[in-house]
Amino acid sequence: MTTTTMTLGGALNAGLRRALEHDPKVVIMGEDVGTLGGVFRITDTLQKDFGEGRVIDTPLAESGIVGTAFGMALRGYRPVCEIQFDGFVYPAFDQIVSQVAKIHYRTAGAVVAPLTVRIPYGGGIGAVEHHSESPEVYFTHTAGLRVVSPSTPSDAYWMIQQAVALDDPVIFLEPKHRYWERGEVDTDTAPDLPLTSARVVRSGSDATVVTFGALVGTALRAAEIAETEGHSLEVVDLRSLSPIDFDTIEASVRRTGRLVVVQEAPVFCGIGAEIAARTTERCFYQLEAPVLRVGGFDIPYPPAKLESHHRPDPDRILDAVDRALAA
Amino acid sequence: MVVPTAYPVQLIQPDGRRVLDTEYGPLVADVGPDELRGLYRDMVVARRIDAEATALQRQGELGLWAPLQGQEAAQVGSARALAPDDYVFTSYREHAVALCRGVDPADMTRLWRGCGLSGWDPKTVATTNPAIVVGAQGLHATGYAMGAKLDGAEIATVVYFGDGATSQGDISEAMVFSVSWGVGVVFICQNNHWAISAPTHVQSPVPLAGRAAGFGMPAVQVDGNDVLAVLAVTRRAVRHAREGAGPFFIEALTYRMGPHTTSDDPTRYRTPADLEEWKARDPIDRLRRLLEREGHADEDFFDEVRSAADEAAMRLRRGTLEMPDPEPDALFDHVYATEHPLVEQERADYAEYLASFGPAEEEARR
Repeated sequence: MTTTTMTLGGALNAGLRRALEHDPKVVIMGEDVGTLGGVFRITDTLQKDFGEGRVIDTPLAESGIVGTAFGMALRGYRPVCEIQFDGFVYPAFDQIVSQVAKIHYRTAGAVVAPLTVRIPYGGGIGAVEHHSESPEVYFTHTAGLRVVSPSTPSDAYWMIQQAVALDDPVIFLEPKHRYWERGEVDTDTAPDLPLTSARVVRSGSDATVVTFGALVGTALRAAEIAETEGHSLEVVDLRSLSPIDFDTIEASVRRTGRLVVVQEAPVFCGIGAEIAARTTERCFYQLEAPVLRVGGFDIPYPPAKLESHHRPDPDRILDAVDRALAA
Repeated sequence: MVVPTAYPVQLIQPDGRRVLDTEYGPLVADVGPDELRGLYRDMVVARRIDAEATALQRQGELGLWAPLQGQEAAQVGSARALAPDDYVFTSYREHAVALCRGVDPADMTRLWRGCGLSGWDPKTVATTNPAIVVGAQGLHATGYAMGAKLDGAEIATVVYFGDGATSQGDISEAMVFSVSWGVGVVFICQNNHWAISAPTHVQSPVPLAGRAAGFGMPAVQVDGNDVLAVLAVTRRAVRHAREGAGPFFIEALTYRMGPHTTSDDPTRYRTPADLEEWKARDPIDRLRRLLEREGHADEDFFDEVRSAADEAAMRLRRGTLEMPDPEPDALFDHVYATEHPLVEQERADYAEYLASFGPAEEEARR
């Protein structure tokens, strides 16, 4: 076993390197991914080591990046596109939703589109507009796409490789706020967990907190605080947003009887709404309280000086937990 | 850099006489009587199956059809310039291209009848199914050409689109990317003068071929109703692409003689005089006049072509009428390439729901 300490961003870089080594059809493409190594340096040194034919700097056009990646996939390639920031994915939305997602269904299985679209998402870095968004449900609402998001360096390292190897298109949401967070990565042995499975990252008995990506750490801090107050929270990291591992959520809720779903995106019609509805359908009689949602307000992403009010923090999670426990 | 000429390239005049063109004429010097008759046959068959599909729509057998009538030369002339390993990305009106690429007419109506979302496996004929989002396929062709370049394959990747599509960002992005990467895309813009009801000047005040120079790409404007000229120009563009010289833009001036689709009513936006003017430039009549003028065809030949066209039309008709309706379970097939629990759960739930009906009710529901 080779365990290395890596940042989440470094783990993505190492995972991409391994994907490039493993399959000559894997290519990385996007704005500034070559010489610069990407604005977050996720593709640092990859062009130097694999060449301009494997790590391709593109003109500045997101629809162009995804649309040409789709064309390369038709030629047998396995492209990994980098979208520089969440708010810049929308010009590529048509190519993702109308072409990438649907080609396998359209052609009755004759054509696969094994693309991975990497998107640094979420706030908390004091950015200007369009650099802090959480666009996950635009993609989870589209059949044909898979949507995943890692929360730890180990998951980042392994999930990016699993996503690239998959024959379905994957929207890979990277919690940019956590890029610099360190953790242990065992680069020899893949965790015994499918890409589509959620993970219970902290066991507890009083309430379940479900979240993903950047907010897993926030939920764990909330759980630590709750423990000092005598409450035992179970924290579930979804990892996959499409499909969602409802079995793991249901098993947890059957143990705790209470569920709080936490997301950075606006609450209305978000991931939390879907989880609340499904959980109610699956284990209504095991619920001791209504499923509560904590998330961004139903507003455009606010100016940086206001984002700490908008993004869920441990206090807002605990406020919801208290309400669930009081019911 | 090739700049658009003052007059579009033309090798056959509307009355069937040849045009002496020392630049493009030699590119089709090998096209003798047999080849000319072949081009004629392709165009007549294409027009005939197009008419059959239009009739099937009128008879309620197809939900929709996008007729190609008038654009046979632009499509046949360009498609016949291609090799089997060249790859073709089409819009939704390229039935003649599909025919030339080897698509069985019996497969052409599957998506228009609503029995599927596509008609054939694109890999078997190196030709995509109709692309319905206007212009999106330009980027696909560019990516495909990039893949071909990385593979070291000396092929051309061809993309068909219309005058309206030139306003789409995806076509501009495709032109930017293909020049930036130096990949062999042949952009074939069939300027049929109408994007549904919008005439070409709504898209552009300058000739569409004139745009290419701004992207850094050579372009030629060709008489799109002259099958020989289209063949010559496309051969040049394809050679350019195969030689690794980068992308090439062709504007083929043609005319959509029918409606945009069977749901459209062109009498609301264009005059009978307009149509009459273009009828005089009909691409099939033009080649027929040349064949007759040069003594390359007799009545037996034209009869034989008519029969071949009728046979292809019957094949399309039979294929359409015999196409089985998909079973409800097919709703859930191929949404993903790998298993997806949500889709499989819905498949099982819906099968159970359907099974809850008795046989008589089920029959009535069909």
